[in-house]
Amino acid sequence: MAQMNMLQAINNALDLAMARDESVVCFGEDVGHFGGVFRATSKLQDKYGKHRCFNTPLTEQGIIGFANGMAARGLKPVAEIQFADYIYPAFDQLVNETAKFRYRSGNQFDVGGLVLRTPYGGGIAGGHYHSQSPEAYFTHTPGLRLVVPRDPAQAKGLLLAAINCPDPVLFFEPKRLYRAAVGEVDEDYYELPLGQAEVVQEGSDVTVLAWGAQMEVVQKAAELAGQQGISCELVDLRSLAPWDLERVAESVLKTGRLVINHEAPLTGGFAGEIAASIQQRCFLYLESPIARVCGLDTPYPLALEKEYMADHLKTFEAIVRTVNF
Amino acid sequence: MTNPSNASTTTVHQAQFTGAHALSIPTLRILQDDGTLFAGASPPVLDRDTALHIYDSMVFIRVLDERMLAAQRQGRISFYMQCLGEEAAAVASAAALDRHDMIMAQYREQGALRYRGFTLEQFMNQLFSNERDLGKGRQMPVHYGSRDIRFMTISSPLGTQIPQASGYAYAQRLKGESNTTLCYFGEGAASEGDFHAGLNMAAVLRAPVIFFCRNNGYAISTPASEQFIGDGIACRAVGYGIQAIRVDGADALAVYEATRLARKLALEQQEPVLVEAIAYRLGAHSSSDDPSGYRSREEEERWRKQDPIARFRRWLLNQGWLDEAADQIATDALRQEVLEAVKEAEQVPKPRLDSLIEDVYAEPPPALKAQLEALREHIRRYPDAYPVTSGRLD
Repeated sequence: MAQMNMLQAINNALDLAMARDESVVCFGEDVGHFGGVFRATSKLQDKYGKHRCFNTPLTEQGIIGFANGMAARGLKPVAEIQFADYIYPAFDQLVNETAKFRYRSGNQFDVGGLVLRTPYGGGIAGGHYHSQSPEAYFTHTPGLRLVVPRDPAQAKGLLLAAINCPDPVLFFEPKRLYRAAVGEVDEDYYELPLGQAEVVQEGSDVTVLAWGAQMEVVQKAAELAGQQGISCELVDLRSLAPWDLERVAESVLKTGRLVINHEAPLTGGFAGEIAASIQQRCFLYLESPIARVCGLDTPYPLALEKEYMADHLKTFEAIVRTVNF
Repeated sequence: MTNPSNASTTTVHQAQFTGAHALSIPTLRILQDDGTLFAGASPPVLDRDTALHIYDSMVFIRVLDERMLAAQRQGRISFYMQCLGEEAAAVASAAALDRHDMIMAQYREQGALRYRGFTLEQFMNQLFSNERDLGKGRQMPVHYGSRDIRFMTISSPLGTQIPQASGYAYAQRLKGESNTTLCYFGEGAASEGDFHAGLNMAAVLRAPVIFFCRNNGYAISTPASEQFIGDGIACRAVGYGIQAIRVDGADALAVYEATRLARKLALEQQEPVLVEAIAYRLGAHSSSDDPSGYRSREEEERWRKQDPIARFRRWLLNQGWLDEAADQIATDALRQEVLEAVKEAEQVPKPRLDSLIEDVYAEPPPALKAQLEALREHIRRYPDAYPVTSGRLD
């Protein structure tokens, strides 16, 4: 075990994956010698050569198109999109190509080796284009897996699982935790399961669900609620596509209440999908309306970032309201 | 001396613009309409078997196209796209490849598939989206693909295969293979951002890919003059640092020779190369299009005289490699064969209901299995509304 921040854990995962499997190749903008603008690919080019860790021209649709081609030939490309805010030029390659590759060919061809890593989320004064959480655009696309880690140990285990997964995976890294989240990480190779939610804290009054950096936020809110005698069950969704309806439903059948938190705007956000599914599954057990604590339906703002965010106080308030309904 | 801008360091001291048509790329032509060679042209090294395989593949596609367009008109299949006028471009280019090279196509390159050995039954099964279709009946007609003959499954979004081909070829280089990827696209698709992305990435990352552009004058109704004003597509390659050649796309010998040399160059230099074939889309864009609304009969007639099959046929006759009477008999027999294959493919059932949720992921997730189960129950309650699947529920 060693102390690592999230970037070090990701770097460690890439290092291990490249060492054990020649077909793993890392690339993207500034990923090569420089090691990435956040240093996630630091020293990988020195270690594995320019042919396996390299810079690409500045073109997101090119990066993902290229990755699709490499994966179709049986490599495991780990492509980086510098900020999730810049994923949209590659939207067509991801949604029309990556996601449908296996299906449309009748399983003759696939791009299952593909992993897309991208820093996402706000809280770093990133304004419109360095703060977005675009996960819901992709959860609407059958064929893609989408995974979000909340701490260094999870980032490593989920990323290694993503690289090894026979389906294409979008791996969203909460950048405000890159250096802020530090924890004990096993230095050996290990994987954490995809498609499974994790109960982080057991509770009996209300289920509070989030993912990524927002787990920290809901944890704080749960502490505040605890001081008022409210027992929160905290669930980290971890995988948004496909997502673990069974595990979430199991928790809500026990608590009878659900609060969902995400940074992305409310309307069309993934909380809507979860709320609808849980309402259908747990209707007779729900004791209050499902609450969604989300970003506002605005572009991500700069000066009023704190006001915009689905922070711990807003979440705390929603928990109290839900329990007292 | 370092040169961070990676641009020529030659300087001038008077303002000097480079002309927009400073590059004027010539067209390679070897074979004349009468089947003889142009003066000064040398024929490619092409053995009799390969030449006849090229010819047979072109004729096959011509016959298939005629029959299947008619089948679409009769409402027997939902959609069709012909290769008319571009058979030489698709077939002779594929003939210049190694059988283990990957082909990534747009949709008007069925000739390449045929050359590689895609069978009449495989064409039919895809067109009728029956349960024998390699693609499991999921895509529109003409979206062929076959892993066995290394022909990547076609998708409708234009140009997406271009950066994919670059990545595929890069992977081939990384694996130390002595094979390349050939990527077909039309001159309209070359206006997509993916063209720019794919060519630049291939050049910078030294991917041994052959970009093969079919410049047939039209993207549906849009003439090439409304698509770009530069010197075709070939000149753009030079801007990316990619070697390029332009060739008469109705001239099978010229297409074969240009592609053969492009392949050699790509593999020896480990870098991309571009071939632009100038042809004419003699048919409609698709079965959903009527070209009389945007171009004249006179124009079509003018180009019809440059039929790539007729031209190559005359060369084969001059070579003494083709017997006129035997050829006629073979073509008539092929027409009959196609007719029968249509009738057979039509009778094959559609894919089973279960296949609906397969291959979205490597394994169907639980939620998707639940959706299938709900659908199966629904169909059991309303069997008459779902005749394709209701009789075969597990």
